[in-house]
Amino acid sequence: MNWESWSEFFAMGGYGVYVWGSYFVTLICIVGEVLLISKRRRTLDKHYGLIHDSNTKEEIKNETTS
Amino acid sequence: MAINWFKYSSPASFYSLAGKMIPIFVFLAVVLTIAGLYVGFFVAPTDFQQGEAYRIIFIHVPAAWMSMFLYVIMAVWAGIGLAFNTRLSSMMATAIAPTGAMFTFLALWTGALWGKPMWGTWWVWDARLTSELILLFLYIGFMSLQAAIDDPRRADKAGAIIALVGVVNIPIIYFSVQWWNTLHQGASVSLNQAPAMATTMLTGMMIMVFASWMYSIVVILKRVRVIILERESHTAWVAELRKKEAAR
Amino acid sequence: MFFWIIRRDLLLAMRRRSDVFTTLFFFVIVVSLFPLSVGPEMNMLRTMAPGVVWVAALLAAMLSLGRMFSNDYLDGTLEQMLLSPQSLSLLVLGKALAHWLVTGVPLVLMAPVLGIQYDLPAEALFVLTVSLLLGTPVLSLIGAIGAALTLGLRGGGVLVSLLVLPLYIPVLIFGSGAVEANMAGLGYDAHMSLLGAFLLVSLVFAPWAAAASLRVSME
Repeated sequence: MNWESWSEFFAMGGYGVYVWGSYFVTLICIVGEVLLISKRRRTLDKHYGLIHDSNTKEEIKNETTS
Repeated sequence: MAINWFKYSSPASFYSLAGKMIPIFVFLAVVLTIAGLYVGFFVAPTDFQQGEAYRIIFIHVPAAWMSMFLYVIMAVWAGIGLAFNTRLSSMMATAIAPTGAMFTFLALWTGALWGKPMWGTWWVWDARLTSELILLFLYIGFMSLQAAIDDPRRADKAGAIIALVGVVNIPIIYFSVQWWNTLHQGASVSLNQAPAMATTMLTGMMIMVFASWMYSIVVILKRVRVIILERESHTAWVAELRKKEAAR
Repeated sequence: MFFWIIRRDLLLAMRRRSDVFTTLFFFVIVVSLFPLSVGPEMNMLRTMAPGVVWVAALLAAMLSLGRMFSNDYLDGTLEQMLLSPQSLSLLVLGKALAHWLVTGVPLVLMAPVLGIQYDLPAEALFVLTVSLLLGTPVLSLIGAIGAALTLGLRGGGVLVSLLVLPLYIPVLIFGSGAVEANMAGLGYDAHMSLLGAFLLVSLVFAPWAAAASLRVSME
């Protein structure tokens, strides 16, 4: 095992800012990309729902959550 | 056998196939990422030269590799779409671009954060770094061109041409930059001295490369599904699909 | 047909001379701005000169790309040209050459004058001019692809720079590299051969790619 304690793990031998800066931004990018795609999908679903099932709002809700 | 493949080249059947494939790749991506990070942080030893800072490699190298692979794959799909007029291939190319650009950005970002403690500077005009930056420009050009064109078929074809021109130019650009770099050998930062990596480091890195592949497949399939729906919203099969989903 | 296109485009350019001069003055102004922003220190200016002149030439050539097809596109001539039995690649080649004659050649002729502003020695001025002579046609040829792809798009002018500038990088590197090598007392033959090679390659492939792009844009 490389690390004696959590604080040592986060310090990364003094390079914590650089190592965690890299991993953190990567995480943000990945989460952001996934969120953007699902948002694009939801917008599409909503748009589609409004055109075709304008009378039943309930259906649209179901669609977006499913 | 051949018929099977052709069946999936239609957007409608690919849509459902991709839907079935996504969970498998999500699973693989998650497992591989956890395994790779575990090996990277808990098994791989501290580097005797770089200390702990080298652990950036577990995302830097996969990101850099993916950025290049994805551009080539994007150009191939775009080229197939242009040559055989297959809509799905062009949609794949469009779906790949943002992920490729993201990996290019990550390669640059992690490279800067790795460069600062190791060479004392965020950025050097090294051949590899410069080429990576130009690759980002190429991705941005491809995406901007497609975004500016309203007609999807024209966007596909125009994008294909610029992607192919780009892929032809990449070796020329890389070679030029390399040449330029040797000509202007400034403060010497040697990126090429690669001390033998411990096997566990290499293992961790390779696992992370596979994890990046799986992640890319997941997001690209997800995105291509959305693109298919956007493009095919007027067709009968999408309407059918909507009804089914709404009834659920 | 090929020469007819060149003649026609040159004639049209002559009728709208101000366009030609705008590009040229853009080039002159950009190059003249650098000493004002970094200071008049002669040694520094001399080392900067090749790069500054080349970047300014790149920008000037790029700015005028929009004109290559847009006028013919707007008045319907381009559609007629696409329908004609002539090879479209040849036609594009003619238009790219006309573009070079109208924008590239004035830049090449102006470059020595601007080099003097930067106190370049005589031989470096010569190398700069020759490198531009070899390099600017490549800019027009590659630019034709970008111009054809962005034809009729909103914001096409900015877009074309995003598409085309990364592709210009090798020309920039070897063009300014030739002058730098000469000033450092090294040979510049390799640079010139490579610029020549770029020119040949783009002469073969760029018209073809630009013709394909035109077909896509005109569908």
